[in-house]
Amino acid sequence: MASSGGASPGGASAAAIGGSVRSRRESVVPALRSAGLSALVLAVLCVVWEAYKWIGERFEIRWPFPVNERTMPHVYDMVGQLFEPSRRNGPLLIDVLLDAAVFTAREAAVGFLLGASVGFLIAVALSESRLLQRGFLPYIVASQTVPILAIAPMVVVWVNPKLPESLAGWGAVAVISAYLTFFPVAINTLRGLQSADPRAVELLRSYAASRWAILWKLRVPASFPFLFSALKIAAPAAVVGAIIGELPSSIQDGLAGAILNFNQYYSSSPPSLWATNIVAAGLGIAFFAVVALGEKVLVRRAPENVA
Amino acid sequence: MSGAGSRARSRDGAAAVSIKGLSKRFQRGDVLALDTIDLDVHPGEFVSLIGPSGCGKSTLLRIIGDLIEPSEGTAQVNGKSAHQARMDRDYGIVFQDAVLYDWRNVTRNIGLPLEMAGWDKGRREERIREMVELVELAGFEKHHPWQLSGGMQQRVSIARALSFSPALLLMDEPFGALDEMTRERLNNELLQIWSETGSTVVFVTHSIAESVFLSTRVVVMSARPGRIAGIVEIDLPQPRGPETREHPLFAEHITQVRRLLREGHADEAIEGDTEVPLYVAEEGL
Repeated sequence: MASSGGASPGGASAAAIGGSVRSRRESVVPALRSAGLSALVLAVLCVVWEAYKWIGERFEIRWPFPVNERTMPHVYDMVGQLFEPSRRNGPLLIDVLLDAAVFTAREAAVGFLLGASVGFLIAVALSESRLLQRGFLPYIVASQTVPILAIAPMVVVWVNPKLPESLAGWGAVAVISAYLTFFPVAINTLRGLQSADPRAVELLRSYAASRWAILWKLRVPASFPFLFSALKIAAPAAVVGAIIGELPSSIQDGLAGAILNFNQYYSSSPPSLWATNIVAAGLGIAFFAVVALGEKVLVRRAPENVA
Repeated sequence: MSGAGSRARSRDGAAAVSIKGLSKRFQRGDVLALDTIDLDVHPGEFVSLIGPSGCGKSTLLRIIGDLIEPSEGTAQVNGKSAHQARMDRDYGIVFQDAVLYDWRNVTRNIGLPLEMAGWDKGRREERIREMVELVELAGFEKHHPWQLSGGMQQRVSIARALSFSPALLLMDEPFGALDEMTRERLNNELLQIWSETGSTVVFVTHSIAESVFLSTRVVVMSARPGRIAGIVEIDLPQPRGPETREHPLFAEHITQVRRLLREGHADEAIEGDTEVPLYVAEEGL
């Protein structure tokens, strides 16, 4: 059992006897260990950044870019900036950015759910009809070759007037986010739906199962590992889609507003933009983590088969 | 049980399986896989299909199960068309691999056909408990397939096939992927289950010894095109057990089957003793 491979001999034998009933300790210890490892890697990256900066400034490295306070602020300055007032007598930068992140997260979450649902339904439709698959798949691929920045303004123009008051503005952004989300979900789920063992299909047919039953009892569960690896790609993409969608919508309350704003003031205060990037990245990671957790809870598979 | 042998010979009522003039041609390469097969299997019989790779024995089994269609001729199960029999859930099937659903534990794997047949939860649970007892998997109900050995997985697969008490059991080399020890133990268990349930079994195998040990009749097939080379009635006493393998008739029947295999396949050498599964190189197909 790979999941308990590193555990104590006692833990491993308990897993063999207890089977699928995993003790609390067994799931908590590896989780803590991997969290610790991630923290260690982050620390190493910070040290590398600071070391490069120190060497670059001392020996005046000019390639690929000159190293100085403007191009590479100190890590502690970026983090420290979060706890400075965002403007004279204003709230702390972190409060401003967290508000923006929550605003963007709402768009991204709605976009993610919408895109994932649409992607899943497209995959089911295409897997059930070879004709649909041959006709539509090229256009689904083509949809992603059009730059999102070129589509976003049109979506805003089309969608916004039709939205109720409560969705005005950010609803269009959610649609743009969904546009980036549906694609990996549709492609991977289609693959997953087709991954079912042919004999497992024969088995269900031997029970006089309908096409519908074969879909729900076999093809859909068989597609879950594929679906979840797609959702892991789609979750951070939904955040990126939301941020990009905010630009043509002239939405100032989200992370895009903050990014544009601090971009303008980059020469006077580089750490502010870096701090914004940290928060934006954190949001993407949070989305990813929620999906990964959902996978742990929902997908019961041989450890070696978990994508 | 007064002996399945006598049951096999009682010819009243509809045949469990009746195959008439059946041929199967695969379009790709225009291969004639089965050539005018005629075969009747009577209720309660244990019939093995044996032959080299490519003789179409698995194809024949799938046609009986209405999983593929014949090119010519008919297959009937319990007096109805194979299709109707499938719709009525008249047979259970076991493959070489257990084909368990990874996301279902042992209980829910065994219960799959019962769900499909629309049994309510209470009845389902009761039957699953009986099945777990029958295949001796008590204590492993909540295990998932990847936590079981190959032999245990195949026992789950057999329990699943038997769960809805089908009159006919179709088995496609069910023990082919298991080691010799496990295989012999499961052979004994299968015979026990067969005598307890009184079902009809059609069993595809590569192993001469296995076919003789288990069956009331062994149907020997030749390859390309698949034809019935001969049928050997196995007169070994019931119930069978480890001592059956030492019965003088056992060796005799093995010789009969091997001779038929050789005749049906005169151009290819067949070697090995009784314990070695027949191996014939697969070409072309």
